[in-house]
Amino acid sequence: MARNDLKILGAWPSPYVMRTRIALNIKSLAYDFLEEQFGTKSELLLKSNPIYKKIPVLIHDGKPICESLIIVQYIDENWTNFGHSILPSHPYDRAIARFWASYIDDKWFPALRGVAATQEENAKKAATETVIEGLVLLEDVFKNCSKGKKFFGGDKIGYLDIALGCFLGWLKVNEKLNNVNLLDESKTPGLYKWAEDFCGDSVVKDVMPETDKLAQAAKVIWAKIRAQASS
Amino acid sequence: MANDEVILLDFWPSMFGMRLRIALAEKEIKYEYKDEDLRNKSPLLLQMNPIHKKIPVLIHNGKPICESIIGVEYIDEVWKDKAPFLPSDPYERAQARFWADYVDKKLFDSGRKLWTTKGEEQEAAKKDFIECLKVLEGALGEKPYFGGDNFGFVDIALIGFYSWFHSYETYGNFSTEAECPKFVAWAKRCMQRDSVAKSLPDQHKVLDFVKTLRHKFGIE
Repeated sequence: MARNDLKILGAWPSPYVMRTRIALNIKSLAYDFLEEQFGTKSELLLKSNPIYKKIPVLIHDGKPICESLIIVQYIDENWTNFGHSILPSHPYDRAIARFWASYIDDKWFPALRGVAATQEENAKKAATETVIEGLVLLEDVFKNCSKGKKFFGGDKIGYLDIALGCFLGWLKVNEKLNNVNLLDESKTPGLYKWAEDFCGDSVVKDVMPETDKLAQAAKVIWAKIRAQASS
Repeated sequence: MANDEVILLDFWPSMFGMRLRIALAEKEIKYEYKDEDLRNKSPLLLQMNPIHKKIPVLIHNGKPICESIIGVEYIDEVWKDKAPFLPSDPYERAQARFWADYVDKKLFDSGRKLWTTKGEEQEAAKKDFIECLKVLEGALGEKPYFGGDNFGFVDIALIGFYSWFHSYETYGNFSTEAECPKFVAWAKRCMQRDSVAKSLPDQHKVLDFVKTLRHKFGIE
């Protein structure tokens, strides 16, 4: 079989980029990782994603696919017989996985970003509470989806694991730099264990950045976000 | 699937609810339509969508599916032997999902601003909105439908907004026909389908509804 021509336009700190790399790892697919520099956008990025001009972009045989969750589904559907299935097989389980992935992107991660985005005490506290409430909700989802197994996807990492797990690096950085406890073993024991299993898994290990390295990058990125927010 | 029980919790002017109406009609699925009073949401709605408390909610044999695009994909996957919405090629599927997502991200908010804002904000919204339509025209190209020869996923995601165009044009003060004739041609083509014609409310009824909302919100 000819080697696949696969490229990812991305950046190592991005959780959205991580989603696509985990999916490719699950399918044991090799790819070229083209690192975008923070603050600039390459010609290739602007050409491949003219609508949003954002990473990640997967380029397969010269054809671009954009939006991280759409990329993950593409990888799952194009290489169905490789590795294991990422989306669940039953349509209702798929709908549930998609619903919670959407909740994570639309509600939960913005709340997590909110913890970092403000220096103001009360706003930080409110954002932290929202993040924890979300995790309590997701603990319940985890119980229902995993049915006692290690992951939302069962024995193996699946769509919802990828959708949530990619944010664990940033969650840990938030905890460290803001001195808050977000993923609490007593409040969300299932997710707490899941997080360990996820980060330690062979398809995740090499693409999950070290907390310290990410914390250093975070300081630079957050400074820029705060500057934008106050301007 | 003769023993399937399908209920749709909806609100007649919702372009998101229209997606599911069209999808169910395309697959010829019998279902019970329940129109919600959004100022007084039913216990069923609150039970079936506790997270967002929003319509539409598709209920299949007692189990809820929330979020309209997720509902359309669900319908396509369960009733897979008839009128497929998504193409079979994975790359084409990714493109279809991308454009349906684009409609979700861009069209509703700029459309809403057309009738809820004034002055500079409204002008900016108008520019945004027309720009979105032009981008969508680009994606459509010379094809009869976004799906190619066949009416499909993106067409279903987008056509409901057409019932709001008379309202957008009235308050935004522009003509879609003048700005984006290809878009209008596509919309009229879709309106010829039974599933669409029966699922979309009359444009004038929507305008009356928008007038009531503007009055309620104190916009004049």
